Amino acid sequence: MLSRRIIPCLDVADGKVVKGVQFKNHEIVGEIVDLAQRYVDEGADELVFYHITASADRQTVNLDWVDAVAQRLDIPFCVAGGIRSVADAAARLEAGADKISINSPALENPDFIDEMVAAFGSQCIVIGIDSLEVDGQYQVKQYTGRPDKMQDSRRDTLTWAKEAVERGAGEIVLNCMNQDGVRQGYDIRQLAAVRDGVSVPLIASGGAGTMQHFKDVFEQADVDGALAASVFHKKIIDIPELKAWLRDQGQPMRI
Amino acid sequence: MQRVALINSGCANIASVRYALLRQGVEVDVTADPERITSADKVIFPGVGSFDYALEAVQKSGVVEAMRSLSQPTLGICLGMQMLAEGSAEGQKQGLGLIQGRAQRFVDAPGRSVPHMGWNQLNPQGDDPLMRGIEPGAYVYFVHSFYLPPSPYTIATCDYGLPFTAALRQDNFWGCQFHPELSAQVGAKILSNFLAL
Repeated sequence: MLSRRIIPCLDVADGKVVKGVQFKNHEIVGEIVDLAQRYVDEGADELVFYHITASADRQTVNLDWVDAVAQRLDIPFCVAGGIRSVADAAARLEAGADKISINSPALENPDFIDEMVAAFGSQCIVIGIDSLEVDGQYQVKQYTGRPDKMQDSRRDTLTWAKEAVERGAGEIVLNCMNQDGVRQGYDIRQLAAVRDGVSVPLIASGGAGTMQHFKDVFEQADVDGALAASVFHKKIIDIPELKAWLRDQGQPMRI
Repeated sequence: MQRVALINSGCANIASVRYALLRQGVEVDVTADPERITSADKVIFPGVGSFDYALEAVQKSGVVEAMRSLSQPTLGICLGMQMLAEGSAEGQKQGLGLIQGRAQRFVDAPGRSVPHMGWNQLNPQGDDPLMRGIEPGAYVYFVHSFYLPPSPYTIATCDYGLPFTAALRQDNFWGCQFHPELSAQVGAKILSNFLAL
């Protein structure tokens, strides 16, 4: 049976792993390769690295750490941040990334999704969506790595998720910004709506605070994976304990 | 030290495979040179992307004749395995025809996302040396939308709404639909089994 995935997310800025609260006020939490290895040893199913300043700064990710991570890791990992061309993506895949996640550049130019899918196949093209609830509507935000540059993309979240899948995206990571970093639980209602609307794997992001939150999002929103950062970085939740508990609760888990 | 030819047709993400082999302590020769391929102790044929696109890259790289002539253990991974087969519902091109079967597409359904992406369980069949020491239910990492149906050559199945071929062997050609290079300790064991053939 296909297991649910537990996915630590490492936000990367200036060559270190950082974490902010609702995308602001970043603090350094550790070295990239060391933290990545720790998560592999603990049984993480996959890792995501977000270079969170990249799109707004028009920088691209430095590839040395991608190569260093690929040398050490024997589980899949996804790289995100400022990937603006097929060549940018090819360089990261060649350095050992297994998937490429695109966010702001796809909003600027949706055809970019089709180009990426044609070049590399759906299986390695992930669309990251930063969604904010405003007056009961879910809106896609752009350039979320820098609060001073963040803007409304003028897109509805579910509509955009469906369009991304129609263009060939192989997976959606939905980051519910109202919940991000505040550990009050995943946005079940929003995730369930997107789950019903798209047929590709869906990864929940934003809001994990307790083990119960993981159980809730798997049971109630039927997501394929749950992503979290601070609860793992700060050892508030222990991954082996989480996976064993979820298995006891009836969730298929790779132990 | 044995030398493994890792076929580089330009269509695949080979860094992960290369690093996984280096962790096994073998010499890895990333190559599209027919001479280097036919003289290697083992051959690995990776593949990602779409069937026709990847096959075209393989044909352009000039490795097809060398691959047909191989008698040493050869392992196709993911789309690499499917390209060794006769064809795929994904494309118009003929596969290399070195193993039997045609890839079919998963139909998405409630509770079954397509692509099949993530960790799923192996059910080894028979006693092929590639699956030595792999327990029924062991998890490996898959990412694919097309699959080969079970056949007499299947050495491990996986279930995703229906049983499909997770690994197979026909003569000196082995194939894994999953990615052993991304499958943690279970994947490392399977690569180690392959290198011990």
